[in-house]
Amino acid sequence: MRGAFFRALMEAAEQDERINLVVGDLGFGVVEPFAERFPNRFLNVGVAEQNMASIAAGMALMGKVAFTYSIANFPTLRCLEQIRNEVCYHKANVKIVAVGGGFAYGSLGMTHHATEDLAIMRALPEMVVVAPADPLEAEQATRAIAAHQGPCYLRLGRAGEPQIHDSGIDFQLGKAIRVRDGGDITFISTGGILQTSVQVADALEAKGIRTRVLSMHTVKPLDTVAVLTAARETRAIVTLEEHSVIGGLGGAVAEFLAESGDPGVRFKRLGLPSAFSSAVGSQEYLLAQNGLSLESILVSVEPLLEVTRAL
Amino acid sequence: MHTELAELARRIRANVLRMTHKAKSSHVGSCLSEADLLAVLYGKVLRIRPGEPDWPARDRFVLSKGHACAGLYAALAERGFFPPEWLDSFYQDASRLAGHVTHTGVPGVEASTGALGHGLPIACGMALAAKRDRLPCRAFALLSDGECDEGSTWEAALFAPHHGLDNLIAVIDYNKIQSLGSVKEVLNLEPLAAKWEAFGWAVQEIDGHDLGQIEDALTSVPLRVGLPSCIIAHTVKGKGVSFMENKLLWHYRAADDEELRLALAELGVAE
Repeated sequence: MRGAFFRALMEAAEQDERINLVVGDLGFGVVEPFAERFPNRFLNVGVAEQNMASIAAGMALMGKVAFTYSIANFPTLRCLEQIRNEVCYHKANVKIVAVGGGFAYGSLGMTHHATEDLAIMRALPEMVVVAPADPLEAEQATRAIAAHQGPCYLRLGRAGEPQIHDSGIDFQLGKAIRVRDGGDITFISTGGILQTSVQVADALEAKGIRTRVLSMHTVKPLDTVAVLTAARETRAIVTLEEHSVIGGLGGAVAEFLAESGDPGVRFKRLGLPSAFSSAVGSQEYLLAQNGLSLESILVSVEPLLEVTRAL
Repeated sequence: MHTELAELARRIRANVLRMTHKAKSSHVGSCLSEADLLAVLYGKVLRIRPGEPDWPARDRFVLSKGHACAGLYAALAERGFFPPEWLDSFYQDASRLAGHVTHTGVPGVEASTGALGHGLPIACGMALAAKRDRLPCRAFALLSDGECDEGSTWEAALFAPHHGLDNLIAVIDYNKIQSLGSVKEVLNLEPLAAKWEAFGWAVQEIDGHDLGQIEDALTSVPLRVGLPSCIIAHTVKGKGVSFMENKLLWHYRAADDEELRLALAELGVAE
């Protein structure tokens, strides 16, 4: 996803000379092409994320489109008040980009686990929150936020994620992509864990359960039409995210469903418990430790399937 | 000499006293300490067009000590950015003028602040963008001494000289009193000028109530070509009203009716 982001950013920057890249002294091996191609539009502020966010806002108030870039929680939580006051309140054209969403930097430890960022960014007024699922979504999301007027948060995985989509996706901010169709149960996921949603769908299809899969790449604004349609057309909804179950995609869908007037749909949030993961290991290992392996997910959704079968 | 600026400063002070009195709001002392600085900035230094507040080539002024907004609102009204009647609504229900400086719907306010340590970094971004576009705009940030406790202020202090932002001017309203006591007692900043110099700024210390010194300093920026300028203005909290001067209490309370009458009389302004 990181490579796709930089490719798309370079392309966008060729078209739009307002685009500047502001980094917090991270991005070794990936920021150099931009810095060399656009030396007057690249800025390394040093290890100073508060300054990075405020400077980006100041540049945006002068007419720039400023992309801030760092890893894990550094471009979001470290400078949260700067994002709230400078970026969001001023509707500044700042695009916050974090590499390492969820457990992408699993082995680096708790400080590098970005597991509450969606909830926190989602709570901020004006902020658009996007977590693409694969390189193709990442590329198109980058173009979309560059063209969007106002604050955006782009949560990327890392590098080397598999391509999930065919090449022909219709990517629009705030509009879910239907990856699989089915009428029994809907999996809604955001970010790279879409891959697991598709695997779950395959496993359920083998048991004769027709599974709809939505890639909810934009967590805010939420595609409530897609959620409501799924609630009416399928018997159960499961959200799946590499993020705390509090306040992210699952929280957003739960809030909407609870007020939607469609109380009949069965619903479950799958994500990380609100607990720090002290286990040491890779992304895959930590996801399994937290109940998000394919096998664990199939067990977790079994009660919903009982209901589906009964109907 | 400076009679016009002195009159502007006096009117800012009188407005601040009336506004905070009517609103029963805090920070009158902070507004009085910055009044002369604002008078020179808005009366002489800033290249701005009150009738065209979004003029692209204007200087940017960021009030980083956003709690002292009554002074800025008063200066903007005096310069004609908005009708002076707006000042009567300060801090009231449905007013445009919030108790920390707010840009929404207020012509002339470049940035909303109120959380400390944000203004200088914003001004850094503005100054850098102007440099990159070869625009003549300068960015001024007015800081409190208290917010020199904030790490983010020093992130910007490191950044600006490294990037040669000689179109950036930090003015520190060094009134020596912060929220819970004197700066010396709470978290000593001294030697303050040496700190900014060590970070790479061109520094000048002035009497922040001497209009001639303020004007000389602010009209000779950049103090050194290639470097950002830091003007440390030694001021008195509550300046201009004898019973408010150098008193922590006036960081919080507003004048009552009688105190307002006495204060305005000291300024030589009719109630």
